[in-house]
Amino acid sequence: MRNLTSLLFAAGLAFFLLVIAARFDLGAAPMLIGNAILQEAPEQTGAANIVTSVVLGYRGIDTLGEIAILFTASLAAGLVLGRRRPEAARDADSGAVLQISAQLLFPLLLVVGFYIILHGHLTPGGGFQGGVILAAAFFLPLLARPGTSVNHAGLSLVEGLAGAGFILIGLLALFQGKAFLEPLLDKGTLGTLVSAGTLPLLYLAVGLKVGAELAGLLANLADSEVDQ
Amino acid sequence: MNAAELHWLLYGGAIGLIVIGAAGIVMGKHLFRIILALAIAEAGANLMLVVAGLRPDAVAPIITGGIIPEQMVDPVPQAMVLTAIVIGVGIQALALSLAIRVYKAYGTLDMREIRLKMAADIDAAAGVDDEVSQESPVGERPLELPDGVTTGGAGQ
Repeated sequence: MRNLTSLLFAAGLAFFLLVIAARFDLGAAPMLIGNAILQEAPEQTGAANIVTSVVLGYRGIDTLGEIAILFTASLAAGLVLGRRRPEAARDADSGAVLQISAQLLFPLLLVVGFYIILHGHLTPGGGFQGGVILAAAFFLPLLARPGTSVNHAGLSLVEGLAGAGFILIGLLALFQGKAFLEPLLDKGTLGTLVSAGTLPLLYLAVGLKVGAELAGLLANLADSEVDQ
Repeated sequence: MNAAELHWLLYGGAIGLIVIGAAGIVMGKHLFRIILALAIAEAGANLMLVVAGLRPDAVAPIITGGIIPEQMVDPVPQAMVLTAIVIGVGIQALALSLAIRVYKAYGTLDMREIRLKMAADIDAAAGVDDEVSQESPVGERPLELPDGVTTGGAGQ
């Protein structure tokens, strides 16, 4: 009986979504704003990556809200998991191959992560993607040696400073008589590294915050004790 | 492949993922598989959003080398999916940590066992003996009636 109602629910959901899909024509998106943004974004924000213009230039407050959601999720996960007893058993260290490759990969992942963050306004990527790579860089040693201690205080500091920096850049625009989070500074030449005003700075703040947050979250998850 | 076929292929794939995920969430018996089903449903929803902004013969909305491409896909759904993916990661991490707590408390991730143990816990916390809860009253059926009471009196 329960399976039957579940199947009925799934079929109803599929029908509902198919009806929505049937109303869309492929290629003729019902959203009109996309075309306007495509035409005006390069001059208005100076970022070659128009998705970045949308994420930070046109929807900056949404991005701030999203960072807040990620912060809340990571906070809640940390609260739920709780503190680890010092005498709780840990997994054994992994083999030499994984340990050495973790050490080798750490600087490479850092470089790739920062490259992706800093080129977020030019190429595919940005603060969120690069931040996840940074988090992976700091999580790898923990996978290789589960006993590695994690500097949670330092992570919290980086996270707090990055979040404060994001809001500070938004407030600076406010003090100059513009809207909150409106891009500031010179737009520069389209397609060069130093361009698009404050957007790369905002993405750097996002990247550091996401990286520190996810690294702390992963460390918490890996550190959680389960009685075997 | 013509445009209509492509349309239904892409939307069908996205909707299929959403429905598989939703069915997995409601029919799942194992907590970890339910979380995986949630991830599948999320992927389907993200794919549906991206497909909504797709245009045939269009490139990614990125200007390379100073040349503005003629046809670019809609950047707004892409930015929203970027947001949704990150939030999805946060939700999955939170769900996993809740699952770890459940495993610590009940020693299993099987939903049927967890439901039984949770019901027993709630009964114990409320001071109700397990045997006489509303769900499973004590004694044989039909109950013995007290003296002077006959069955079906109200209906006749």
